[in-house]
Amino acid sequence: MEETAATTARVLEASGISKTFPGVKALENVSLTLNKGEVLSLVGENGAGKSTLTKVLSGLYRTDHGVGSIKLNGELVHFQNAKEAKDHGLITIFQELSLVKGLTVAENVFLGNLPRTKFNLIDWHTLREQTRNILAEMGLDISPDELAGDLSISKQQMVEIARAFTLGAKVLIFDEPTSSLTETEKEILFKIIHTLREKGVGIIYITHKMDEVFEISDRITVLRDGKNSGDLNTSTAKLDDIISLMIGRVIDDYFHKNEAEKGKEILRVEQLSSAGLFKDINFSVRQGEVVGLYGLVGAGRTELAETIFGARPVTSGKVLIEGQDVRIKDTGDAVRLGLGFVPEDRKEKGVVLKMSCIENTSIAKLPWMSNYGFLREKEEKEIFKEYKDKLSISTPSPQQQVVKLSGGNQQKIVIAKWLCLNPRLLILDEPTRGIDVGSKAEIHKLIAKLAESGIAVIVISSEMPEIMGVSDRIMTMREGKISGEFTGDDITEQNLITAIAHVN
Amino acid sequence: MQQAELMANPAEQRTTLMRRIAKATEKHGLIVAFFIVVAFFSIASENFLSPKNVMLVLRQVSILGTIAIGMTIVITVGHFDLSVGSLTSLTAVVVISMHDIVGPVPAMLIAILVGLISGAFIGYLVGYLRLNSLIITLGMLVGLQAIVLIYTGGKYTRIVAPDETWFGFIGRGFLFGVPLPVIILGVLLLIFSVILLKTVFGRQVFSVGGNPTASKFSGISDRKIIFTAFVISGFLTAIAGIIMGSRLMAAQNYLGQGYEFEVIAGVILGGVSLSGGEGNIFKAFIGILIIGILKNGFLLLGFPYYFQWVAQWVIVVGVVWLDVATKRGKVLG
Repeated sequence: MEETAATTARVLEASGISKTFPGVKALENVSLTLNKGEVLSLVGENGAGKSTLTKVLSGLYRTDHGVGSIKLNGELVHFQNAKEAKDHGLITIFQELSLVKGLTVAENVFLGNLPRTKFNLIDWHTLREQTRNILAEMGLDISPDELAGDLSISKQQMVEIARAFTLGAKVLIFDEPTSSLTETEKEILFKIIHTLREKGVGIIYITHKMDEVFEISDRITVLRDGKNSGDLNTSTAKLDDIISLMIGRVIDDYFHKNEAEKGKEILRVEQLSSAGLFKDINFSVRQGEVVGLYGLVGAGRTELAETIFGARPVTSGKVLIEGQDVRIKDTGDAVRLGLGFVPEDRKEKGVVLKMSCIENTSIAKLPWMSNYGFLREKEEKEIFKEYKDKLSISTPSPQQQVVKLSGGNQQKIVIAKWLCLNPRLLILDEPTRGIDVGSKAEIHKLIAKLAESGIAVIVISSEMPEIMGVSDRIMTMREGKISGEFTGDDITEQNLITAIAHVN
Repeated sequence: MQQAELMANPAEQRTTLMRRIAKATEKHGLIVAFFIVVAFFSIASENFLSPKNVMLVLRQVSILGTIAIGMTIVITVGHFDLSVGSLTSLTAVVVISMHDIVGPVPAMLIAILVGLISGAFIGYLVGYLRLNSLIITLGMLVGLQAIVLIYTGGKYTRIVAPDETWFGFIGRGFLFGVPLPVIILGVLLLIFSVILLKTVFGRQVFSVGGNPTASKFSGISDRKIIFTAFVISGFLTAIAGIIMGSRLMAAQNYLGQGYEFEVIAGVILGGVSLSGGEGNIFKAFIGILIIGILKNGFLLLGFPYYFQWVAQWVIVVGVVWLDVATKRGKVLG
């Protein structure tokens, strides 16, 4: 190792970072370096470990047994929490902004650090002046007196950057900062990043969008499956190199190829639109077919699925079930029509945590499991037993509250809830999120079996191997529109990444 | 959040002990509390267990108990109904004033209709328009009170010839030696327990109260369930108002004042979860019974009448504190 200018200019150096969650090795011996005044792109597929690494760096997570080291300006640091990281000048701008919406821009910029008069009251004059100066320095046209909540998302983001600036940021981490920005807003953000770079701030830029990688960064670090996969200089890197570093993986053999016979068309969606979420969506799903819906978070996949299921209003367009134009007004209509939906957010939308396994399994079937409004309790018990065996749900007792089950078993109960209704169409939104590897494989097998039994299946997933493994046909979504459709040999990682990633 | 989980809890052992105590309390605490209260007053006052006093207590709690059935359903579905006190006054005034004009049966039907309309109105605002039930029913508390005052002009309303009608039998009569209001309450407890535990609607009350979003994503119309819960509460409160009117054969605007508090105190003492999704009508009744016994017992012991409020205050604050504390895993700090 040469102790030259390169090392002195090094602002952040992380090495040997490992982080294990129950059942998942999220990071394994990962290292990362960042120089002063450098913009480093951190890229990788969903689940590659970008977010986990960010959280380790910013003090939200601690590494396994404190293994690995993080050096800031050559000094070894052990952040216990986010505040300590902040105090050291390592600041992260997360996708979810943390401004206090009821306070003014100036108050937000100096929050926790407000200038005082000699009577220990807030020195409003200085506060406004200083804020105005900072905003001007960053080239921003925002009034210090505006309420943060009244600003657009992009301006809120700018204010958050301004706050980082006053805190004396040495390292700024941006977590997909442009996901909710328009093209012009993005330009402003990039200008600010350039300004920061000139001031010697080291910047880590996390993104899925390859054009941004080339536009903004000096260097690229690629993660794959929680490990370092490569480091590239942006000026010499090619898109193909980056993508092959991101992927470079064999499809796991636990995927069952779906051999089911494709029958009649179950679902057809025509010109379906929902204001601000997605527009002019057309597709169909046949009996026994598994259609994958792939795209980045925020591309409108979940919203599309929830709209088909009647949980969100339709702005225009049609949904046809077996050729019939159905107007699904609410989720009750969808269930009566034979639709089922396994939501992404299991605890919020999938299960009633306080209720038992039995009650959660029968929850959607109740109206078909009663005489004059009275429940047929014996049938209810039998149904749970049947699906407990079929899906190998492991629970100490049918009366066990669902809150006490593992994520995988909770998910199986959500699936059982729909299977006991013999659905025509089942939509699964991120069906293996937060589930251990073993249960994941079981759920993948189950999806193939469902199709074989003649159900039409839609799977939404951000995980490339998963979507490629389970689907007969994949549709990609980008910014609320279908951006591609792939079958057979056209289903390649290259094609999918290109279709979702907005490469110019 | 994640951080709190990561930091291994040094007080874990203490927590599990607390949890165990909390669990045992949750299971049997209500019955234990009931017997302690009964034992205390029967030792302290020789009149307490006399048949006359027992009947008096039961008769007194029958009105609160009837309202509590509706309240249990409303709280289980995840909301509150603060309008029950004012609605009791209103329906009592309506049934009394209508009695001499249209006769007992139509008067009762009108009172029930008033209860249903009030419940449907709240149910629409809370279920369909998604307004906050606490504020809406707080508004109804004042609004219904105002309607009573406008309707009666603040005057005392009574049945002119109480001896010439059978209407008084409902509130004053006995059947097999048991006061009729107690029998009515018993029947209602049974019916609504069956509804809550054995029917599709009942199960949906628990699921909507436990997680409205997941219920919606299971094809349940959460708004319809919430609406129905408030309608039931309005209906049962009207029944309570009728019993009240029949017992007094007269009515005045402040009759039900403060009932909302007593009923909620009893219901949460009976273990109905304030966060929704958990509740048992019989346990709620035992909670009401404890409140009633305290009220009666303190009077027997010669405490001033307002002492019952001290007791209710201690109960409400204590129960909520314990409920939240056991969920957080610590009672102090």
